[in-house]
Amino acid sequence: MTPPVVEMTGVGRVFPGPPAVEAVRDVDLTIQAGEYVSIVGPSGSGKSTLLHLLGLLDRPTHGVYRLDGVDVSTMRERRRTRLRGERIGFVFQAFHLLPHRSVLENVELSMIYLRVPRRERTARARATLERVGLGHRVDFDPLLLSGGERQRVAIARALVARPSLLLADEPTGNLDTGNAASVLALFDELHADGLTLAVITHDDGVSARAERRVRIVDGTVRHAVDAQEVRR
Amino acid sequence: MTVPDLLGEALAGVAARPSRLALTTLGTVLGIAALVATLGLGQTAAGQINDQFDRIAAVRVVIESGETDGPDGEVALTQLPWDAPERLGRLAGVEAAGTFASVDVAGAPVRGVPYGTIEQTVPVAGASPGLFDALGARLAGGRFFDGGHEQRADPVVVLGRYAAERLGISRVDSQPSIFIGDRSFTVIGILDAVDYRSEVQDSVIIPMGTARALYGLEAPEAVEIRTALGAAQLIGEQAPIAVDPNEPDLLDVTAPPPPGSLRDTVSADVNGLFLALGGLSLLVGGLGIANVTLLSVLERISEIGLRRAVGAGGLHVAGQFLVESGIVGFLGGLIGSTIGVLATVGVSVVRDWTPLLDIRLALAAPLLGGLIGLVAGTYPAWRASAVEPITALRTA
Repeated sequence: MTPPVVEMTGVGRVFPGPPAVEAVRDVDLTIQAGEYVSIVGPSGSGKSTLLHLLGLLDRPTHGVYRLDGVDVSTMRERRRTRLRGERIGFVFQAFHLLPHRSVLENVELSMIYLRVPRRERTARARATLERVGLGHRVDFDPLLLSGGERQRVAIARALVARPSLLLADEPTGNLDTGNAASVLALFDELHADGLTLAVITHDDGVSARAERRVRIVDGTVRHAVDAQEVRR
Repeated sequence: MTVPDLLGEALAGVAARPSRLALTTLGTVLGIAALVATLGLGQTAAGQINDQFDRIAAVRVVIESGETDGPDGEVALTQLPWDAPERLGRLAGVEAAGTFASVDVAGAPVRGVPYGTIEQTVPVAGASPGLFDALGARLAGGRFFDGGHEQRADPVVVLGRYAAERLGISRVDSQPSIFIGDRSFTVIGILDAVDYRSEVQDSVIIPMGTARALYGLEAPEAVEIRTALGAAQLIGEQAPIAVDPNEPDLLDVTAPPPPGSLRDTVSADVNGLFLALGGLSLLVGGLGIANVTLLSVLERISEIGLRRAVGAGGLHVAGQFLVESGIVGFLGGLIGSTIGVLATVGVSVVRDWTPLLDIRLALAAPLLGGLIGLVAGTYPAWRASAVEPITALRTA
């Protein structure tokens, strides 16, 4: 049996003071391969810290975090960086696309540091852009795209490295309703294709699309409920 | 990340902000341009100085009588023929030739007429008419003596500039006279300047014919030859044969050394100052790059964060900014080098100089610019590598 993609046991993160802040404590969180999980909570609840921990951007001060069954909490920084590039696909609220670089180049960026050969990079980037419905925009400057298109470029950039986990931070926060809906529809499709997704949001409409909802309050996971239960 | 990828990302990063690129390179452009132009103009100017030195020094050949071992162990002096100038005049490349000799007047004092009571010890020299041309002599007034004066052994003199001052003679239009011993001579010319053998300026110069007739001069001491530019070394070989076909080896010939040895010393002095100026402007240019690159790092925080998120290590990020500032420096160096070369050529055209520029300088300047860019980029690159991806990605 394949190990869960994410397996956090008693994870905590204390920011050294003064005064020391315990942003996240005692988190037990498991995300199985192919799951679509939303992580919800009010601002200041520790959502962002949890995102950073999940995305290997930060290191827990307590507990154990296994990614694809490998303990990454004590791993050396160089390997964590590499693993981050290979296993985690990030989607940010602010897109973080490079201006003045074509859509294609923006997507290829994910593979540069993984030493994917140039020819393969281009082919994969084109295929992934087709997949998110932007095959006709490959040579555009991202500044000329709509917000929804930009977010889909960012999603393509996250997908192209074939990550184990797509980590989305308020992916619809900067989008209008229509664009938000198309992005969420894309997430549904990706999930249907077997991708593992974790979406961090404070928007109930967004979190309701996930199979399972994890609520975080005051730095700890209060209860995990599944989405059907919430809808009832 | 491969090297081509690093270069590609850095190039794209540089090219993404063309107006900023222009501003950033400005300092290096100015610095390198100043360096290349000052060095180029320094070399050019030194070249002109050398050219003048060389033009004078490079056309003088002097033949003097040499010593020879007589049959019974005596040391004898070879004699230069009186007609040496005529013999030499037939050689292609000889522009002027003339003989020179110190004349022994047996201690006879030289006096100027208006101040006749003051006796001066002024050396007397004999010259053939061609000597004046061979020495590049210019007159302050009057004329040189000619072949007629020489043949008739006329009592005429040309005064060297300082000899004229000592004798109190400044004009020749009143046909002043001087006395050597009891003999009176008419002053027909006064020298202003000569290129070589400046001792003639202290002398009273009389025609060779006069020196032979009145003072029993036996032979010329030296033959002065002015050659066409570039012909001096050749004439140096041919002249002794023309003057003394039987024993050419016994003559002492002084011909100029091959050009170039003088050039280096003068250039070094001139370039020292120029180099300091160029170096200063480069320092300013480097600080400019460092400053703008640092600004760029702060501005591109989110890009740095994104790169870290997609698997870039700190070294990758540092490498990119380092290479970017290296490229900026290189471009600045390239443009600056071009401007510097153009400035050198331009000034040379205006001043009617021959532009001289070491090609290695023009080629090394862009590399120097790149090096400065790299050095200037180290601190910003280090700052970039230290950026925490979390802070960088925090929603703006």
